Amino acid sequence: MMSKLQIETSTMEIPKVKSENRFLNFWRQFRKKKPALFSLYFVFLLLLTMVIGPHIVPYDPAEPNYNRLLEFPTLDHLFGTDEYGRDILSRIIVGARITLSVSVSAVLLGTVVGTVLGLVSGFFGKWVDKAIMRICDVLFAFPDLILAIGIVAILGPGVRNVIIAVAFFNIPSFARIVRGATLEVKEMLFVESARSVGASTTRIVWKHIFPETIPVIIVYFTMNVGTAILSAASLSFLGLGADPSSSDWGAMLSMSRDYIGSSFHLVFFPGLVIFLTVLAFNLLGDGLRDVLDPKTND
Amino acid sequence: MWQYIIKRILGLIPLLLVISFVIFMFIHLIPGDPARLMAGKDATLEEVEEVRQSLGLHEPFVKQYISYMGNLLQGDLGYSIKSGAPVVDLILDRVMPTLGLTFLSIIWALVIGILIGVLSAVFRDKWPDRLGMLTAVSGISLPNFWLGLVLIQLFSVQLGLFPTGGDDAGWKSYILPSFALGAGIMAMIARFTRSSLVNTLKQEFIRTGRAKGLSGTSIVFGHALKNSLIPVVTVAGLQFGFLLGGSVVVETVFSFPGLGRLLIDSIQFRDYPVIQAEILFFSLQFILVNLLVDILYSYLNPKIRYD
Amino acid sequence: MGSLLQVNNLKTGFHTEDGMQTVITGIDFEVNHGEIVGLVGESGSGKSVTSLSIMQLLHDTPGEIIDGEIIYKGEDLLKLSEKKMRQYRGNELSMIFQEPMTSLNPVMKIGKQIIETISLHLNMSGQKAKQHAVSMLESVGIPRAKDIMNEYPHQLSGGMRQRVMIAMQISCNPSLLIADEPTTALDVTIQAQILDLLKDIQEKTNMGILMITHDLGVVAEICDRVIVMYAGRIVEQATVKEIFNNPKHPYTKGLIDSIPKIGAGLDELYSIPGAVPSPKNMPKGCKFAPRCEHVMDICNLEEPALAMENGRSSRCWLTQEQSQQEGVVGHGQ
Repeated sequence: MMSKLQIETSTMEIPKVKSENRFLNFWRQFRKKKPALFSLYFVFLLLLTMVIGPHIVPYDPAEPNYNRLLEFPTLDHLFGTDEYGRDILSRIIVGARITLSVSVSAVLLGTVVGTVLGLVSGFFGKWVDKAIMRICDVLFAFPDLILAIGIVAILGPGVRNVIIAVAFFNIPSFARIVRGATLEVKEMLFVESARSVGASTTRIVWKHIFPETIPVIIVYFTMNVGTAILSAASLSFLGLGADPSSSDWGAMLSMSRDYIGSSFHLVFFPGLVIFLTVLAFNLLGDGLRDVLDPKTND
Repeated sequence: MWQYIIKRILGLIPLLLVISFVIFMFIHLIPGDPARLMAGKDATLEEVEEVRQSLGLHEPFVKQYISYMGNLLQGDLGYSIKSGAPVVDLILDRVMPTLGLTFLSIIWALVIGILIGVLSAVFRDKWPDRLGMLTAVSGISLPNFWLGLVLIQLFSVQLGLFPTGGDDAGWKSYILPSFALGAGIMAMIARFTRSSLVNTLKQEFIRTGRAKGLSGTSIVFGHALKNSLIPVVTVAGLQFGFLLGGSVVVETVFSFPGLGRLLIDSIQFRDYPVIQAEILFFSLQFILVNLLVDILYSYLNPKIRYD
Repeated sequence: MGSLLQVNNLKTGFHTEDGMQTVITGIDFEVNHGEIVGLVGESGSGKSVTSLSIMQLLHDTPGEIIDGEIIYKGEDLLKLSEKKMRQYRGNELSMIFQEPMTSLNPVMKIGKQIIETISLHLNMSGQKAKQHAVSMLESVGIPRAKDIMNEYPHQLSGGMRQRVMIAMQISCNPSLLIADEPTTALDVTIQAQILDLLKDIQEKTNMGILMITHDLGVVAEICDRVIVMYAGRIVEQATVKEIFNNPKHPYTKGLIDSIPKIGAGLDELYSIPGAVPSPKNMPKGCKFAPRCEHVMDICNLEEPALAMENGRSSRCWLTQEQSQQEGVVGHGQ
């Protein structure tokens, strides 16, 4: 129904002032999306915590206090204390660094590899494209977390291997998305004209095609960080990720599940923080997608 | 139609070959000496050799692959290092609980997810939409192990309605795990149903329906919904992998004796033949479900069915 | 011929970020029983919004009727409840659309789609409704109608689909059919067949047809009377004969010159320079002035009224100046 009416009303649109730069334009639209905006603030807060966390903790997160074991939340200990009497809030603040750096670097690694594969695949086409896409098909044939568990089973548990495992299942989705975007850009006029004036292939890909795919990459990067936090936390929870005695949020949950029933706050707070963090990344990703990649928006 | 199905199945053969090869490579990718790792730290040289012999790791690579594939085709997945039992038996023992769990999860996820999606699309940008989509994005963001633990605290510890774990309590032991497992998929189905239905409601045949004098309800349920659910079917299939991965976590939370729990136990014991077989099994299941979804999709979509 | 539909001072607006924008600015016209009236204009002239306003099908658009009356058989449709209006749609007044490809539900069998309309409005049982559907398909010239009932839209050609659409929308014997560019998406030969079919149906049933089109060629083919719209206003109204013999408004002349002529090359095809102005940037005086070949000083200052003269009307200073000189002053709306 809309299609024809849109044609009829298209003439009514106010001519937009084109002079501002891209970022201001983006920001003007983005800041209207309230959930995404608040999520952005929350993500900034998390990043700040990553940097200054150890300096702002109310208690030493590693210091046991055998007089105050498994205490319920009080004004002294807002999130209560754990089985060694350590302050849970302090542990969560310090744990932000491990939890976030693992997920962000995993997605970053996956993004870089996936983007390069996608650009190469989309730009060169033919057998290169076919070969890369077949590899992606094989990676897609393994359920995400199972693939990660398999990789950790081979390489052994630990933070470094979790990063590799989570990066792995980010590769095919980025390769596909970037390939699609590349194919679209490739057909555009300015790429044709760059080619006709004899620009080198690397130059075309790097200067003309890659910049056009950046918005899509930003959107999926943000969304995948949320998923990666969940996956990394799942691996830690299963005892395959971060050192169980560390203050990684997933590891904290893994250690505290024996206390469910008697001391539920041990389970509740680390999980709540994971939930809120993933929620923030997802809402931020939704907002970015609405603004940067409007064609995929319903 | 049949032609299409046969073509799809034949098209899977190369993929299956590659996957079985990747999984065969699994044991060879382990850094160091796999026989040493499996035999354990305190094993004597003889014990390590025994493990090597029993796994055939002393044979040349090509021969190992051929015998692996031969055994695979006969349904022989090797023997567990920990218990010595045939891996096939171990897996068959655990299949039913996991299948039951995943099936129950996907059923409730579909029912609730589609319901939320429809309400959100129909009341687009009004409060039911905002509430529905907030529920959905929360569902996607919830760590399922945490959701499981919260459910245990609430419904088992506090209210005593369901068991805290295991599968000895009949249907009651399935309720909480299937809820924890299905929440994420439910949320994704809700989001896809909404966006698909919103798109369908913009199409011209919807206006035809109105011009015929149909009411809003008849248009949504009689015309729009079927068109919108066709793409949702595909999405549900792709998300099935999410469910398989999730089952490992949820089964661990609820000490549920399924395949996922077996996988984690095997990793702890470095029982590589079992791990290998499990990963193969999970992948096959995922591929099979996506094949079924493809067939269902082409059945639902008359454009494919009749061409 | 009595009046079947009378549109009085219809005003429709669109909700935009800057508030309500009026896109139909108070138009009046009528359609009589057994008459085919053409509603002509470029895209953006407001003809589709007019037709959706009559059907009250603005649900899924940002549009809303602001004012006016739509008198159908002596009853103001705008005063009816939505429930009552639903009983009229598809029954008393029907509508067919431009895109036969996308206007039918792709996953529902054709028979079911027609029967749905029939059982909604006519008191018919399953078997009887089915027979009626088959006979409707036969009446619009569809061969092997019984088989077609069990087929899906994508199995038919564009022309066949438009026939199905027509069969469906006239199955409850409406008195008024609104056809929104029904032939635009079709091949030329198929266009002629569909127009013949509509003419044929109109003669048999004496229904009134409001034909929305941008193509005066279609108007010449089947219409009795023409309403030319520009920028949400009526700029000229006359019988088909009068319009083609003696167009009064320069816009109408431009549209007539844009009809492709047999034997003329593509480069000779005329089109009016410029585009329909947006409601945001409406010219102060005559809305067509910026594109008009005969523009005068007064055209940019003041908008002419729709002047009646010998049963036809036009909204142009050119003709009104002449009339004034002859001493016959026209009165607008």
